[in-house]
Amino acid sequence: MAQVHLRKIVKEYEGGVQAVKGIDLDIADHEFVVLVGPSGCGKSTTLRMIAGLEEISSGEIDIGGSIVNDVPPRDRDIAMVFQNYALYPHMTVYDNMAFGLMLRKFDKTEIKRRVENAAKILDIGMLLDRKPKALSGGQRQRVAMGRAIVRDPAVFLFDEPLSNLDAKLRVQMRTEIKKVHQTVKTTTIYVTHDQIEAMTLADRVVVMNHGNIEQVGPPQELYHHPRTRFVAGFIGSPSMNFMPAKLEGNGAALTLHLPDGIRLPIPAARTARYAPHAGKDVLFGIRPEHLTETRQTEHRANVAVFEAAPEVVEPMGMETLLHFWMQGHEICARFDPAVEVSPGQRVPMAVDMDQMHLIDPQTDLVL
Amino acid sequence: MAADGTLVVAEARPAGHGRASTLQRFARRRSTIAFLMTLPLIAIIGGLVAYPAAYAMYLSTLNRRMTANIGLGNFEILLENDTFRAVIWQSCIFAIGAVVAKALIGFWLAHMLHAIPAKGQRKWRGMLLVPWVIPPALSTLGWWWMFDPSYSSINWILNIFAVPSVPWLGEPWWARISVIMVNVWYGSPFFMIMYLAALKSVPDQLYEAAAIDGATGWQGLRYVTLPMMQNIISITVLFSLIVTFANYDIVRVLTNGGPRDMTQVFASYAFQVGILSGNLPRGAAVSLFMFPVLAIFAYFILRGINRRNKEQM
Amino acid sequence: MSATAIPASYTGRKLGSLRSERRWALWVAYASLIIACIIFLAPPFYMLVTSLKSSAEISNLSGNPWLVKAPTLENYIELINNPLFRGFFWNSIIITVCVVIISMVVSVLAAFALARMKFWGSQMLATGVFLTYLVPDTLLFIPLYQIVGGLGLLNSIWGLVLIYPTLTVPFCTWIMIGYFASIPKELDEAALIDGANWMQMLTKIFIPVALPGIIAATIFAFTVSWAAFVYPTAFVTTPDQMPLTIGVVSQLIRGDTFAWGQIMAGALMAALPPVVVYAFLMDYYIAGLTAGATKG
Repeated sequence: MAQVHLRKIVKEYEGGVQAVKGIDLDIADHEFVVLVGPSGCGKSTTLRMIAGLEEISSGEIDIGGSIVNDVPPRDRDIAMVFQNYALYPHMTVYDNMAFGLMLRKFDKTEIKRRVENAAKILDIGMLLDRKPKALSGGQRQRVAMGRAIVRDPAVFLFDEPLSNLDAKLRVQMRTEIKKVHQTVKTTTIYVTHDQIEAMTLADRVVVMNHGNIEQVGPPQELYHHPRTRFVAGFIGSPSMNFMPAKLEGNGAALTLHLPDGIRLPIPAARTARYAPHAGKDVLFGIRPEHLTETRQTEHRANVAVFEAAPEVVEPMGMETLLHFWMQGHEICARFDPAVEVSPGQRVPMAVDMDQMHLIDPQTDLVL
Repeated sequence: MAADGTLVVAEARPAGHGRASTLQRFARRRSTIAFLMTLPLIAIIGGLVAYPAAYAMYLSTLNRRMTANIGLGNFEILLENDTFRAVIWQSCIFAIGAVVAKALIGFWLAHMLHAIPAKGQRKWRGMLLVPWVIPPALSTLGWWWMFDPSYSSINWILNIFAVPSVPWLGEPWWARISVIMVNVWYGSPFFMIMYLAALKSVPDQLYEAAAIDGATGWQGLRYVTLPMMQNIISITVLFSLIVTFANYDIVRVLTNGGPRDMTQVFASYAFQVGILSGNLPRGAAVSLFMFPVLAIFAYFILRGINRRNKEQM
Repeated sequence: MSATAIPASYTGRKLGSLRSERRWALWVAYASLIIACIIFLAPPFYMLVTSLKSSAEISNLSGNPWLVKAPTLENYIELINNPLFRGFFWNSIIITVCVVIISMVVSVLAAFALARMKFWGSQMLATGVFLTYLVPDTLLFIPLYQIVGGLGLLNSIWGLVLIYPTLTVPFCTWIMIGYFASIPKELDEAALIDGANWMQMLTKIFIPVALPGIIAATIFAFTVSWAAFVYPTAFVTTPDQMPLTIGVVSQLIRGDTFAWGQIMAGALMAALPPVVVYAFLMDYYIAGLTAGATKG
């Protein structure tokens, strides 16, 4: 069990391309931290630097109180689960899990005890004699996790472990991983590009983009209080709508001027926060779930209503997504499926103004 | 990459000098291990291939007793020699004739194998590869016996169909054809197996798509199979050209260059001149005549393989 | 399928022609294969027939040469009792075993380094390996004759053990690079995290995983050194140091009267080991054969 600290970690490749641009991150003991971001954001590189599979260009990595920059992977007391599982194809499941212990010269009975214990946690006791070839995707995933568990390392590293599974299995294994973490409580660093995976698994989510950390925080905080335009757009599905707007008015009452002549009053609670930006161009951000049919919001304060004609209607079962365009910007609204809407039909839409965000288009920071 | 990474560390943090040098040592150690692992290979390539090649060039500039350097004298003498000019001619006929025949037969057989149900293919393939498996020097002995002037079993069959006996190894042209025949017999299975592997790598959907687009079987071959196999065909042909051009076994066993040096190829002539007549420098010169041709083929093979690698990425 | 929409006669004719076309193609395929098989297998068959004949039957011109009337094993027995022939066999075995071991050790080590541990000049070396493979033995046997002679190894099987790896190592290295490169990189990273060092990674992960490649390369080294002909012909003239190929070709032919039965028996026995290996390990044999082009 250990804490992990990254200090000003930089990864620079030949030709001066920086994959990771000096990030700081402190991970507490027993914590489950998820690094999430689009491909090429540096999340995998960061994980691989922690594992010792990539050299660190500058900065320091501290695992369990000692700096491990020049410690080879085998001495870092870590275990890793790879995207393609990286099971040794010529070994049985038992040998796959025992291999790391064998190389570390554990005695046979201890190896057996640990492997059987891990097999019990993961419910793969009946697979121990099989070769990886004879396993299904989900079973391979379990064995890969078992290989990490038996080592009882200071830190678990997961590199997109679920992306080779089909959608249904992915949800199932997600739960499994969370359960395992709650059992063994090992500090875990988990990399994924899937924000849903990040939200469901993490104690804290680290959103990365272009080699920088955009924001670190618990899932709910990222959802409700994104600090940058990138985080606002990345977290949540379908993603947040953005529209250019102008903030008008004086200190007492502010109004948001949207294209097509739509005016939205700013809730009084936020007036003070936005007052300094009065008269400026801003970006108005609202999640689809906060852009709904009027009936749902009847009893709420601070609801603004405007009319729009959706061009595409997507019934999803538990909800219906409406897509319309406002001056070239695609907007998505989330309606109750009970409300019947046909394409081209003008419908009133309620905007929950308490849930909106304003973004400074110059700095991309949420105001 | 590792080495670069450590360099950056060393520059960025001069304070952490000790640590950076540990890392550098680690990277250097890995390079050293890798170098040590390849050392036997380097020794073999350097000592037994590159050095002899250079030595051959030096050797070819010496006189017969290796006492004086006569520059390009050996090459000049060879080029003025009628026998050697016949050797060049014969080597080209042999290599081109044999490779074209092998490629066509191999292609045909690969297609025929591909056309029959998959479960029977293994058995047929197993039988058809037998000529390639027997060491050629030994199977050529069998052919030699089949060509024997008085006991030829091939002539016996020809005679049944009222075809007169053929002087297989007695007449220059028949001897050339015999040598080519044996080489084709020995080498066609190799082409067949290479083309079969290539055929199997063409996805069936492509043919199905072509068929739905209205392609006949012949058009499927012309527009799907051949373009997909183009690279492997050229690699195989070039490779076989090198091997056939430099072939020695078959000529040595079947005709030993005869009759009257009319079937001598580079390799057998070099052997004749260099080892049997004891003129090593001139023998080396004969071998070296092969070099430019082989170098050109090798260049194109390498290009083909690089292109193939890029396609696969 | 809207078969009902099409006139019945039309579908019938179309289907029939498609079926007969298929049958015709299959017929052509089988006919080609049968003819090819007859031609391809005729020489070894005729060698076998001849080897089973007595000298008297061979010199009798009256009958069908492709048949044997009174099969006898006397040619084989005579050869097996001939110490010279046994010597050839023994020499071939010693040479081949040594060459296979040397080739596999050298090429597996080198291929591992070239496939996984990028170092200065590694790419150039990989290309060099392939170019070396393309250098035919007949280009170098004269300078090598001088070099082997200088080492005092002419007329010795050890001279051949020294030289044969030039025929086997480049291709073995090349196909092993291909096999090693196809092992996912995560596998060595997993091994690295599990605590393996380079040597353990090679022996515990790479060699077992690439076992088919190792077998294919071993078969290649075996067949090449068993069948090598140019170098023994050039370097060995004393019969007691000859391997089988040159021994059978040069020593069983004496004077003007050839003992054809014995020559054929000798050639067949000499060809037996590679044929047996091929018969039992055909898939590996073919994998090794095609690996150069499909993996390279």
